[in-house]
Amino acid sequence: MSESHGAAIELENLTKRYPGSASPAVDNVNMEIKAGEIVILVGPSGCGKSTTLKMINRLIEPSGGRIRIGGEDVTDIDPVKLRRKVGYAIQSSGLFPHMTVAQNIALVPGMIGWPKGRIKDRVEEMLDLVGLDPGEFHNRYPRQLSGGQQQRVGVARALAADPPVLLMDEPFGAVDPITRDHLQDELIRLQHELHKTIVFVTHDFDEAIKLGDRIAVLRERSHIAQFDTPEAILTNPADDFVSGFVGAGAALKRLNLTRVRDVEVTEYPTVSVDDPLQTIFNRIRSSGTNEILLLDKRGRPYKWLRRGDLMRAKGSLARAGTLVTDTVTRDATLRDALEAVLTDNTGRVAVTGRRGEYTGVVDMETLMNSVHELLEADRLEALEAQHELEEARAAQTHAEQEGPAGEAKA
Amino acid sequence: MSFWEYLGNRHQQLLTDAYQHASAVFQCMVLATLIGVLLGVVTYRSDWAGNLATTATSTILTIPSLAMIGLLIPVVGLGVPPTVIALTLYGLLPIVRNSIVGLRGVDPSLVDAAKGIGMSRPMRLARVELPLAWPPILTGIRVSTQMLMGIAAIAAYASGPGLGNEIFRGLASLGSKNALNQVLSGTLGIIVLALLFDAAYVLVGRLTIPRGIRV
Repeated sequence: MSESHGAAIELENLTKRYPGSASPAVDNVNMEIKAGEIVILVGPSGCGKSTTLKMINRLIEPSGGRIRIGGEDVTDIDPVKLRRKVGYAIQSSGLFPHMTVAQNIALVPGMIGWPKGRIKDRVEEMLDLVGLDPGEFHNRYPRQLSGGQQQRVGVARALAADPPVLLMDEPFGAVDPITRDHLQDELIRLQHELHKTIVFVTHDFDEAIKLGDRIAVLRERSHIAQFDTPEAILTNPADDFVSGFVGAGAALKRLNLTRVRDVEVTEYPTVSVDDPLQTIFNRIRSSGTNEILLLDKRGRPYKWLRRGDLMRAKGSLARAGTLVTDTVTRDATLRDALEAVLTDNTGRVAVTGRRGEYTGVVDMETLMNSVHELLEADRLEALEAQHELEEARAAQTHAEQEGPAGEAKA
Repeated sequence: MSFWEYLGNRHQQLLTDAYQHASAVFQCMVLATLIGVLLGVVTYRSDWAGNLATTATSTILTIPSLAMIGLLIPVVGLGVPPTVIALTLYGLLPIVRNSIVGLRGVDPSLVDAAKGIGMSRPMRLARVELPLAWPPILTGIRVSTQMLMGIAAIAAYASGPGLGNEIFRGLASLGSKNALNQVLSGTLGIIVLALLFDAAYVLVGRLTIPRGIRV
C-alpha cells in the first residue's frame, strides 16, 4: 500500500485564552511547518508547548487564529473528523488496557470504515513497521508489554490510518533512557520511510536536537524564541533565553548531529586470527603503529595487539592483547564515537559494518579535526543567516517608516 | 414437626416462593442497573450533579423499607407494583455511586487519547469509559443485589411475592408449632439465594471483564 506523505501545517495568530486568566496561555503563535519535516516544540514546563500542539488537532479549541493542514482550513471543521486524519501519540502510550494490541491499532481504521480484511493486513503491517513480531504481539494486552513496546504500539496506532500529520506529545517521556534512545532511533528510521509531517513536543533539548529537522524553542505563552535548524540553534542561539535552554556544552551537543559516516574513517593495519603467527609477527613489526587490530574468523574486531603482547603470551593468540570493548557503526553519532575513543585505552575505536565486520577506525585526531571544521562551517552559515535577517529587517523598517502608518501591519 | 419434615412437606410452596423472590430481585436489579448506570453517565462529569445523584439515592436508602412500602400502597396499590418500585429505588445507590466513581476513575490520559484519535463522545463512552468502569459498576450491582435480597422479604407486607411471605406468616402466628420453621425456612432460603446470586456474579465478572484489566 502506498503511504501518504506529509502535509504542511500553518498556524496563524493561534491564541488560547482561558476564561478567568489575565494573560493568554498561548499568545499569537505563527508557524509554518513544511510537509514531511519533523518540527520539535521545546521549552520549559508550562510554556504552552503542549497546549499549542493540542490546538492543532483541536483537543483544545483555540480562542483565536487559524490552523491550516495541507492548505485546508481546519479551524472550524468537525473536530472528530479532523482527529481521524491526524495521528496522535502521547506520553505513556495511552493504549486502552481492555483491548489487545491488535484492537488498539485497528481503532482508527475501523472508525473511518475500512473493510475488515484491509484492517487486518494493516495491523500486521504496522506491527512489523514498529519492529514488533505480529504473531507474538497481536493478541497481547498492553499490560503484558514493556514500556518501550507499549510506546511502539502507541505510534503504530497513531499511524494506522495513514494520516499525513503526526502529533507527538512527549511520547518518550516516561521510558528509561536506554529505551528512549532506541525509540528515538526507530522514529528516525520510520520517518525515513514515511515522510510524515511530525510535530513533537518535548522538554528535553537533547531529544530535540537528535530528532528535529527544525526546532522551535518556546518561552512562556508559547512565544517563539527561535525557530531554526538544530545546527543554527546550537551555534547561534538567538538570545540569552535560548542559549540558557541549550545549556552548557553546545559543542558537545553538536557532535550528536553528525554521524560517523560523515567523517573520514581511516584504514588501520589488521590481521586475522586465521593468519599464521609468523605473518602476525611481521605485520606488527612492519606496521609503524603501536598496536594492530586482530579480527576474528568473521572479520569482526576482536583484540588490540601491542608489540610484545604475543611474546609475553608465549605465542598464544587466546591470551595475548586486550579485548575490543566497544565498536561503533557508521550510523553512530560522533558523540558515541568520542565516548568510545575516550574509554578505549588505545585512543581509537573500530567502525563496523552491518554484520559487525571491521570497516575502519576513528581516532581522536580525526574527531578533533571534524569537530573544528563543523563548528567553523556552522559559524559561517549562522553569520550569513544573521546578515540576511538584518538586511530583511532593515528593509522592513524602512518600508514601515516610508509607507503610510498602519498599512504595513496586517 | 421438625424443621426437616417441614421442608419436606412444604417444599412445593417454598420453591415457588424462592423462585418468585429471585425473579423479583433479578428484575428489579435489571431496572436499577439501567437507571443507575444512566444516572451515573449523565452526572459523572459535573461535580454537583454527581453529588446530587449520590445524595438523592442515599437519602432513599435511609427511608425504612417497611415505611416506604407502606407509603407506596395508597399510591400504587398492593402486590407487585409497590415491590418493584421500592426494590428498584433501594437498589440504585450502590450502582449510581460506583458508576460515578468508576467513570471518574478512568485515567484522564486515556480519555485524552480516545479524543485524540477521533472518537466521538458516545463512542468514547461505549468503547473506553464504560468498559474501564465496568469492574466497579459490577461490584455496585453485586452489593445492591445482596441488599435487595433482604429488603425483598418486606414486600410480603404489601402482599408481594417471595420468601417474605413465609417469614411474615411465621411472625403472625408466633407460638404455634410451625412458626419457627416458617421464619427459619424463609430466612435460610434468602441466604441461600443470596449466595447463589453472588456466585453467579463471579461468573458474570469472569465473562464480561476484559482480560486486559482483570485483576
